[in-house]
Amino acid sequence: MTDRLESREKVTGEARYAVEYPVEGVAYAAAVQATVGRGEITSVGTEEALRLPGVLAVLSCENAPELRESGDAELALFQSRTVSYRGQFVAAVVAETLDTAREAARLVRVEYASEPPDVELRADHPGLYKPEKVNPVFPSDTAQGDADEAFAKSAVRVEATYTTPAEHNNPMEPHATLAQWHDDGTLTLYDSNQGASGVQKTIAGVLGLEPSQVRVVSPHVGGGFGSKGAPRPNVLVAALGARATGRPVKFAVPRQQMFATTGYRTPTIQRIRLGADEDGHLDAITHEVVEQTSVLQEFGEQTAVPTRMMYKAPHRRTSHRLVRLNVPTPSWMRAPGETPGMFALESAMDELAVAAGIDPIELRVRNDTGHEPESGLPFSSRNLVACLREGAARFGWAARDPRPGVRRMGRKLLGTGVASSTYPAYMRPSEATARAEPDGTFTVRVAAADIGTGARTALTLIAAEALKVELGRVRVEVGDSRFPKAPVAGGSMGTSSWGAAVVRACEGLRGKLNGSVPPEGLEASADTTDELKGRDRYARHAFGAQFADVEVDADTGEVRVRRMLGIFAAGRIVNPKTARSQLIGGMTMGIGMALHEESVMDAEFGDFLNRDLAQYHVPACADVRDIEADWVEESDPHLNPMGTKGIGEIGIVGAAAAIANAVHHATGVRVRDLPITPPRLLPRL
Amino acid sequence: MRPFAYERATSAEDALRRHAEGAAYLGGGTNLVDLMRLGVELPSRLVDVTHLPYDQIQLDPNGGLLIGAAVSNSDLAADRTVREGHPVLAQAVLAGASGQIRNVATVGGNLLQRTRCSYFQDAAKPCNKRNPGSGCPAIEGEHHNLAILGHSEACVATHPSDMAVALAALDASVHVRGHAGERVVPIEDFYRLPGDAPERDTTLEPGDLVTAVEVPPLGMPSRYRKVRERASFAFALVSIAVALRVDGGVVRDVRLALGGVAHKPWRARRAEEALRGNPVTEEFFLRAAEAELEAAEPLRDNAYKVTLARNLIVRTLAELGEGT
Repeated sequence: MTDRLESREKVTGEARYAVEYPVEGVAYAAAVQATVGRGEITSVGTEEALRLPGVLAVLSCENAPELRESGDAELALFQSRTVSYRGQFVAAVVAETLDTAREAARLVRVEYASEPPDVELRADHPGLYKPEKVNPVFPSDTAQGDADEAFAKSAVRVEATYTTPAEHNNPMEPHATLAQWHDDGTLTLYDSNQGASGVQKTIAGVLGLEPSQVRVVSPHVGGGFGSKGAPRPNVLVAALGARATGRPVKFAVPRQQMFATTGYRTPTIQRIRLGADEDGHLDAITHEVVEQTSVLQEFGEQTAVPTRMMYKAPHRRTSHRLVRLNVPTPSWMRAPGETPGMFALESAMDELAVAAGIDPIELRVRNDTGHEPESGLPFSSRNLVACLREGAARFGWAARDPRPGVRRMGRKLLGTGVASSTYPAYMRPSEATARAEPDGTFTVRVAAADIGTGARTALTLIAAEALKVELGRVRVEVGDSRFPKAPVAGGSMGTSSWGAAVVRACEGLRGKLNGSVPPEGLEASADTTDELKGRDRYARHAFGAQFADVEVDADTGEVRVRRMLGIFAAGRIVNPKTARSQLIGGMTMGIGMALHEESVMDAEFGDFLNRDLAQYHVPACADVRDIEADWVEESDPHLNPMGTKGIGEIGIVGAAAAIANAVHHATGVRVRDLPITPPRLLPRL
Repeated sequence: MRPFAYERATSAEDALRRHAEGAAYLGGGTNLVDLMRLGVELPSRLVDVTHLPYDQIQLDPNGGLLIGAAVSNSDLAADRTVREGHPVLAQAVLAGASGQIRNVATVGGNLLQRTRCSYFQDAAKPCNKRNPGSGCPAIEGEHHNLAILGHSEACVATHPSDMAVALAALDASVHVRGHAGERVVPIEDFYRLPGDAPERDTTLEPGDLVTAVEVPPLGMPSRYRKVRERASFAFALVSIAVALRVDGGVVRDVRLALGGVAHKPWRARRAEEALRGNPVTEEFFLRAAEAELEAAEPLRDNAYKVTLARNLIVRTLAELGEGT
């Protein structure tokens, strides 16, 4: 149980975030967003803005320098007159003060030739197509056996369509960049991101620089939830603004602008069919997903992918269809794929349990499998059943009356629900160095990102263990592209990927150490690329069980979660204290997904209407009453030197389904469209 | 943000003198400053009225209150005489915003906060309230939390205040200092329905300064109940302020106001009339609710509010009736 090592710095305000770095002569940027949802920019009127005292520059498609193409069309800032979606950045102002920049941005007159935007996701949209792959490299469709026939013959059948809305990541710290060019043509970016190495490589490419000419500094990051996994246009607003003015430029994206420019989770429409025998053994599973991407760039959320590995069934099919709309490009948000997909699958499993008259935990146990159903690979470890059993015992599941809508406390209807959880145990190659200092301490460096997860603390524990020294002698430095190259803090793979490189570097250093350390210190480095290539083939996934106890006000349709319990099996837990925070954070976000979060697309104008935290609701403290996360011990030799699977995302997976299933148990009403709000629930009570 | 002058008023006369065209009075600023950042409000001058001597709550011998306009929401909700004599008011204030916001938000500012309709808050979109004559996209657009009563073809916005709903039920009146002197405006005449001039939330004239809110004695049990998607820090879907006096199983007196349903706090006089003198039973509560909501004209996506308001009226009356 190790406290977060930088907690004192953070609570005293000493820890510096991107735009808090003091630099001489700083100027401020403000961005102008498109006020049409589709069209061409016919002119950019800058006269009024430039007349404002203190305005240094206005950048737009009429004067921006040419940028190189990257894999991400959202980064082609000011390179075209075409407006792809409302809210896209079309101009930026740099000024002496933030207030001047914002006022000048208001005065930039952009004229458009506009057309009505196409923004509505529908299951019958004529533009639906099959993508070649879904995020990151999964096939769009898979099939085994004859699912239609098997479903038609099944004794117990569930067929239902579930929808999830667009949701926004909304980290506490906005996307923010301080860009500073140097006389030698190099660029320093103090930036809020989930991976300094990736930002360095991408931004260098866009600006036509060598990666070595760009330094990205990000020791502290105030959250990301996936939205900072790749650089956003804000980095270029700052970098181009700084180049145009010869001044360091700060740009923190205002909360309202984040809703169009920093990513979100696609809305989904998911049709699921489950066919089982009378004992609940699945014979057919189909999961067909419809979701959106932008006209700029394809991003296909892998929503049906968890259905490929979750339960055994001989006949199965999954598919993803996308439509290109005049919307911002969707992107990663905590457990992309698993989060919306498992809401649908685990809701359907609950419906199947009700239809078959089988306890929902027992139903999941009966359909458990030791081999990944579609790939046939053995699981490196799979402790779903252990999580369900442990959770059931601690939650008091045995005493549960399965009948829906029969428990009352005054005017409140009470119910409980369960859902499975899963998330892949990814790893990517990483580098790291370990140094022995002459004073007896050790310095470990890796361009990892601590986005509030406790990564720095976990890596320090890992390094101390590998070096066989006490924690206080080890300093781990992260968040700087000058440090050894590291993969993104995403896909719940940070600790596993960086940690493996740290262990190997520390082992190398121990091999070099014999007695005293020379005055210049002693260093060893590691790169896990080859090690990962040589791994045995296993299906590697973490699992979990989510339990929810809800009350529903029969008069108002208000749903409150009285209690949540999550039990997970995620390999070795490096630091229980910060791990629990990660899991509880994920479960809390699951409460938001179940009951609150919904980005509302305006059909006429084509932008998200709720653009601040007063309108986009995330759970308040009062919504999180009693929440507990724990884990079963799991020792898996097929993972990495630490035996870790990753815990950043699994906490949200299944949480919304557990709550929705509990709402059904409380009321007898099955809400298949999230979030479960009074407007949706009350008319059906 | 557009540059603006900031001035601190030293007296009501001074405030009125400084309040020229394009000026706005500044209380806690929790709504006004947000709207300035969004470019929705563009005052050329802010006249800070928080230092005027309107920061006291006075209790008269009969139990009536005179609440200074500069009293903070937190101080109002924490005041013992308010909590004891007018619990519905304290509960309503506590149901709004967050502790931090209530600490700086003032009573005057709370009365005058603007609608949270998404279209109003986006300066790049049409809105008859913000830009008269530009149209109301909410009627065909997103309106699940907008009005079901008293709206017009020009505007379907709701008033966001919780406190004002309690004040409407309490027959409060607003003390206003204007260029023509002082006047006392009953709260029902203070707010207006949108009609064809939704740019005007109230009947205040330019330069009018709210100095106090007068609340007559209540002397009967009261309650505020707010329904919202999350448990805290959210505007009402529907809220209700009720005061009820029962004698011998019969309603002797009742006050009922709804929030989140109209351009103003909605005093439910038809329901009150249907209740007065009738037995304290769910049947009569339902009859009263239906009498009030007969006039409801829900929009495409907010018919649930009619059900919600009906249930809230019945339930809150029943709960209050049980205790008497």
